[in-house]
Amino acid sequence: MSDRLEVTKTWKLFIGGAFLRTESGRSVAYIDGSGKCVGHLCAASRKDFREAVEAAQSAQPTWADSSGYLRSQILYRLAEMVEGRRNDFVEALRLKGNRGKGAAEREVAATIDRVVCFAGWCDKIDSVMGNRNAVAGPYYNFSVPEPVGVVAVVDGSDAPLLGLASLILPALAVGCAVVAIPNESEPIPALLLAEVCPTADIPKGVFNLLTGSHLELLEVVASHREVDAVVAAVEIKARATLEAGRAENMKRVKCIDPSIDFLGDPSLTSPAVFQSVIDIKTIWHPHST
Amino acid sequence: MSDSARVPWEYSPAPESLKVSIESEHGIFIDGDFAPARSARTFPTINPATEETLSLIADAGAEDVDRAVSAARKAFKRWSRTAPLERGKYLFRIARRIQERARELAVLETIDCGKPIRESRDTDLPLVSQHFFHHAGWCDKLRYAIPGNSDPAPLGVCAQVIPWNFPLLMAAWKIAPALACGNTVVLKPAETTSLTALRLAEILREVELPPGVVNIITGAGETGRALVEHGDVDKVAFTGSTSVGKRIAAACAGTGKRLTLELGGKSPNIIFADAAIDQAVEGIVSGIFFNQGEVCCAGSRVLVEESVLAEVIEKLKRRMHQLRLGDPLDKNTDVGAINSATQLQTIRQYLDIGTAEGCKRFDTNCELPTRGFWCRPTLFTGVQPAATIAREEIFGPVACVMSFRTTDEAIERANNSNYGLSAGVWTDKGARAYEVAKRLKAGVVWCNTFNEFDAASPFGGYKESGFGREGGRAGLAAYVR
Repeated sequence: MSDRLEVTKTWKLFIGGAFLRTESGRSVAYIDGSGKCVGHLCAASRKDFREAVEAAQSAQPTWADSSGYLRSQILYRLAEMVEGRRNDFVEALRLKGNRGKGAAEREVAATIDRVVCFAGWCDKIDSVMGNRNAVAGPYYNFSVPEPVGVVAVVDGSDAPLLGLASLILPALAVGCAVVAIPNESEPIPALLLAEVCPTADIPKGVFNLLTGSHLELLEVVASHREVDAVVAAVEIKARATLEAGRAENMKRVKCIDPSIDFLGDPSLTSPAVFQSVIDIKTIWHPHST
Repeated sequence: MSDSARVPWEYSPAPESLKVSIESEHGIFIDGDFAPARSARTFPTINPATEETLSLIADAGAEDVDRAVSAARKAFKRWSRTAPLERGKYLFRIARRIQERARELAVLETIDCGKPIRESRDTDLPLVSQHFFHHAGWCDKLRYAIPGNSDPAPLGVCAQVIPWNFPLLMAAWKIAPALACGNTVVLKPAETTSLTALRLAEILREVELPPGVVNIITGAGETGRALVEHGDVDKVAFTGSTSVGKRIAAACAGTGKRLTLELGGKSPNIIFADAAIDQAVEGIVSGIFFNQGEVCCAGSRVLVEESVLAEVIEKLKRRMHQLRLGDPLDKNTDVGAINSATQLQTIRQYLDIGTAEGCKRFDTNCELPTRGFWCRPTLFTGVQPAATIAREEIFGPVACVMSFRTTDEAIERANNSNYGLSAGVWTDKGARAYEVAKRLKAGVVWCNTFNEFDAASPFGGYKESGFGREGGRAGLAAYVR
């Protein structure tokens, strides 16, 4: 053991492409499995969340307008960047000492593969979710999926990297912008993912990440009127809080069981996941003059 | 407006000749039988064009709701296991019987709800039977319908609450997909328009639909609340106002009930200078005066490119003079009665607010019948986007005309609403039509047409106009797990 004093950092919030301290000034020590303080975490506030939503709102139209092919390449680039930092992610997953090396490696590998899977979805969602409708009149009528807008993601699973990735990827692939709240007790793998995003060319504001108390932030997410949809892996009580938020602005809310097998459950990569982050638009046009 | 533009002659009356008998009292339909409500309460349903009482309707209480849900639960076991093609054959039968009894149902609809017979006969009823016919064919094809769900299973008991503007059509939109997916139903029609839903119950008996698969209970808001809050309901589907929709959303939170909501709108109808103006004017008229404007997707915000604003307003006014308001049972009638005294009161309040906020009001000053609830087709010009009448849903024959200069401005104004149900765009340029259609935040976009509906075409809103779709492939997802 050397005498050198380690440089520990405060992991900041990721808002609009920048790493920012919480405006609330609150931070908590992050204690690893051996009881040692390895850094500090921000406890995001309502105002931080609001700013993240604003950043997401301003980034979303351009992200949605970019071609599926472009989004596809950017997400694939994200997979490349995570692959390049595999060891960092494995270490991050092992900080708390609650999973073995093999489990951590499996989660990182599965995360990379999930990113690749959704990179491949971007330019196929319209074909699978949309269609022409055979109406009984002289109209060309078709239904297309459109991104719902700003999606808040809450990861209450015990897969701090793969859980979060599985929840944000459908939204990103379809052209939504995301404000994510990662695993409360183990947010470091998610924060590392945020650090990778800028180098993967994910545009500023398309993905935002806020660490903090779920109890506090769930209510903030639910009541926020500019959030268009919520996708969460949370327990039943949190689900009631989030669903009550629909009464605010009719935000779409999708909650999944946090104990789902994130490694293997086929529903996580099926097109059904897009239902909660799209609106179907139906366009009519006469085809005879 | 010159007098020469007025129609210089009067049409002879052309009343619908079919007489429909209406029982003096109606019970609720539970487990295949009609019976008085256990609550022993009734309320009158009236003809809004004459204010005459048509019948007494049972006011279902909590015990009745419970019996209806139990009947649906009991029936679910067999119905959900009925071979899909057999389920489909029941729906085909329903569609056929509706076609055969279409005249009767159209007349009854018009008498109870106030809409012109031309609309109930030519729009509502054809769409009602089509909705059952279309969904009949889905029953045995569900595993191909929903991407990522190759083994769709029914949800269970569906509580469905519907409005008074398209009474039978909304019943069809709710019941047909629910049954097609193997669910059972408790439906509550709006309290002012129960008659056609109850007549549909007769048809369900005629076609020998198993008892309890569809139950129809009547009553007002309290009945609806008891139904959606019932503990043994698996799915709630509601069409109506955004304020009630929000209450339902709050009530369903954390219950595990599936929810779809089709709520209000303040839909823009955008007219570009290069549009075929005469057709666009027809589109404005059908957009806002169809069904007296009592349409959730009504084109109530008319956005006109500045260079043709004067022309559009002039032509629109001339066209409004040709609208015939009066007896809904007259085949020449374009504008029927407002559904209820309450709704008429709401509309009048908005007319007063529009005037008070400095908007310029125009109506044709046409004669109104002495009895019944009537509102002249009305146009407001000089409307600022922030005006109350430009933001809030009026649900009446009231159009707000505003102007724009650029495509960007048109889209910004169109999207500047908490609602996002429908939109219209009128232009001769294909690229512009699709650019605008793409950028509009609305669930249904009509290019060079308006207020078109079809069983195969998904309908439903963005933003506070609700979530979930009705019709087509997308509509099925709401009724399976």
